[in-house]
Amino acid sequence: MDLVTVWFLLIAVLWTGYLVLEGFDFGVGMLLGVLPRGDHRQREKDRRVMINTIGPVWDGNEVWLLTAGGATFAAFPEWYATMFSGFYLALLLILLALIVRVVCFEWRGKIDSDRWRAWIDRGLIFGSWVPSILWGVAFGNLVRGVHLDNTHEYAGTFLDLLNPFALLAGATTCLIFLTHGAVFLALKSDGLVRERAARFASVSSVATLVVAGAWAVWAQVAYSVGWTWIAVAVAALALVAVVVATRTRREWPAFLASAVAIVAAVVLIFGSLWPDVMPALDPANSLTAADAASTPYTLRLMTWVAVILTPVVLLYQGWTYWVFRKRISAHSIPEPTGLTFAPKVTSADR
Amino acid sequence: MDALDIARWQFGITTVYHFIFVPLTIGLSPLVAIMQTVWVVTGKSRWLRLTKFFGKLLLINFAIGVATGIVQEFQFGMNWSDYSRFVGDVFGAPLAMEALAAFFVESTFLGLWIFGWDRLPKKVHLLTIWAVALATNLSAFFILAANSWMQHPVGTIYNAQRGRAEMVDIGAVLTNSTLLAAFPHTITAALLTAGTFVAGIAAWWMVRLARTGQAEKARDVYRPAVVLGVVVMLIGGIGVALSGDQQAKLMFQQQPMKMASAEALCQTETGPAFSVLAIGNLSNSCEDVTHVIQIPGLLGFLADGDTNATIQGVENLQQQYEQKFGYTDSAGNPISYQPNLTVTYWGFRLMIGMGVGSAALALAALWLTRKGRVSDKRWFGRLGIIAIVTPFLASSFGWIFTEMGRQPWVVAPNPNPSGVDGVWLLTARGVSTSVSAGTVVTSLVAFTALYAVLAVVWYRLMHRYAIEGVADVEKDVSPDNPDRAGDDAEQPLSFAY
Repeated sequence: MDLVTVWFLLIAVLWTGYLVLEGFDFGVGMLLGVLPRGDHRQREKDRRVMINTIGPVWDGNEVWLLTAGGATFAAFPEWYATMFSGFYLALLLILLALIVRVVCFEWRGKIDSDRWRAWIDRGLIFGSWVPSILWGVAFGNLVRGVHLDNTHEYAGTFLDLLNPFALLAGATTCLIFLTHGAVFLALKSDGLVRERAARFASVSSVATLVVAGAWAVWAQVAYSVGWTWIAVAVAALALVAVVVATRTRREWPAFLASAVAIVAAVVLIFGSLWPDVMPALDPANSLTAADAASTPYTLRLMTWVAVILTPVVLLYQGWTYWVFRKRISAHSIPEPTGLTFAPKVTSADR
Repeated sequence: MDALDIARWQFGITTVYHFIFVPLTIGLSPLVAIMQTVWVVTGKSRWLRLTKFFGKLLLINFAIGVATGIVQEFQFGMNWSDYSRFVGDVFGAPLAMEALAAFFVESTFLGLWIFGWDRLPKKVHLLTIWAVALATNLSAFFILAANSWMQHPVGTIYNAQRGRAEMVDIGAVLTNSTLLAAFPHTITAALLTAGTFVAGIAAWWMVRLARTGQAEKARDVYRPAVVLGVVVMLIGGIGVALSGDQQAKLMFQQQPMKMASAEALCQTETGPAFSVLAIGNLSNSCEDVTHVIQIPGLLGFLADGDTNATIQGVENLQQQYEQKFGYTDSAGNPISYQPNLTVTYWGFRLMIGMGVGSAALALAALWLTRKGRVSDKRWFGRLGIIAIVTPFLASSFGWIFTEMGRQPWVVAPNPNPSGVDGVWLLTARGVSTSVSAGTVVTSLVAFTALYAVLAVVWYRLMHRYAIEGVADVEKDVSPDNPDRAGDDAEQPLSFAY
């Protein structure tokens, strides 16, 4: 296999890691506005249970995105340049959402006040919904092809990106992540949150199957090549398995099937792109992987780096999941330790 | 303003902002690791309490550094796509290596450290904060490798057919002489920042307690933190001066225009004086500058170790650049190869001045804490707080100086010494041509507004946690603590969001 193909596959692997892992923490973030019930105190407890299921891992999950971005820059500079400048406003919104999300996770418990938490939760919910939809819109446009000129520069407008196919892709990723987050919560929490998450997943998985199935078939028929029917079939079977597993309350199979569906979707997306990395509406202007690639020297170097380091990353990230394997329930949550902005009067002030 | 100017403003604002938080993270994570190590080795509770206190400040700061770092990686492609096409083969590699080798470690092990107090054996938990500390420093190395290549391209050839720079030697890129000077300079500056931060807060608290009759607590907890902070300040301060001197000597050879501009030196001179204060108008013409205070011979000594060295002036360099790179750009406008004089001149001086500022705290602190003393001098507590700000400003001015001083280049042509010839790019040629000025304005406004809000919240949180002080008691919740009776199945987590 030549180096350009290897790197095309490696970029797909990095996006898979990102979407499978951050997918469920996006889902948990979106569900913060959906699952908590009861009075004010109970809702706060529910939210803390939910946030703490991903507490130790969401930051590590997000690095998969930065690695995918950095690796695209190193291995396919033309792809990085065309895609990031072309999808400018979509990426701007994603960046704003991710910035808000990062600080909200880390700062939420620092101040013990209802007003503070209300603002933070708005940030977490906004920061989870926006990228969940927009990543789908971006990938939808990649698959569909965009308006590129003969120097591979994006020549369309922001509104061109909001076409029906890409919007359906946005709905697809959003639903997939909602279900993925719900089955993750059912697996990682205990008590009322676990029950509600399981019930939510048993409904949302049906909607996901319908919408994602429709999008996958559309993508396959309109934009892909023959062999990716396999990916469509695997995705469909996996989504059916999620429906069955959530209705029969089998938590591990539900989560694994949901992860398989995401992997199959990535295979479909990247399979439909190849040998292009950015198909153009006018095929003569398409940016191919070979056109976009770095030199063999850089690709070989980066192959060594990736082949050595990626398994190590998987190892210690896997270990982290093992260390924090315990289910989180309302009993696990300690009293708030945050301060209030008004300082207490200490003996030193007297 | 056109898209180029706006994109430059955006890069400047987002980068300077990002680098307010980064030096504190780079410097404070090893300091917290040292505090925790002393606790694990000696078992003295004050070090656990200090670890938790400064650990909270570290985490508040870490979050905003991570959040603003995402923008850094994306905006090359968004605003500078022609730059990305030109440099990607070389420049992308250290960025990808940073993510794979350093950033993954940082983020994953930080999660383990935050949530792992009651899950991991004490020594394993200690290793997690050291992993974070090493990875933040490794991150800095890769990012500086990328930046140093822009200052002084090495290990690269120019491919005229593809119109891009292509890497031929990663070893040269990772051992770039510019990098080997910039990395210690950045790390020691970060240590100075964090040392001042720890010493400043602890000094303020020590004075506060000593003045309210709690000298014992001041001596028990805050005095050791002052001493640790001051030791790190001295190491960082001496290191930053030595590495800065070496960096400047290198820069006189590699980027003579940047240094001539920083000195407002018009004509090539032998044995030039070092300008301490100069006045002029903002026309960016060095002929309009009047040097008010000068130290004879010092500039030559700083540049070359010889008071009689010959230093090239701005106007002579402009002529050399015109002959080599052309008088006009593709639109027929004359090219000025001279960076903004006011910004480079003052950026350089303010960087040094602010760096020296924190030395005042270090010297005062050494004297006032000699032989086990604690101080109750009110001015000393105030000095501690004021000094905290100075290394942050020094870092910002340093980056403004070195990045503005490279203009009009984004990849500077500087074959001497040991650099490659033929690889350069004007900043004006790097900007995204498919992105309209209106779009860049939108993102500039959005980032600036969000960053302003976050800065206020960050400051309020840091301030609030600093004035809360070190807790009187911190429980050792590690699983290998024999006092921690009973199984933990029904125990709440020791830490949760």
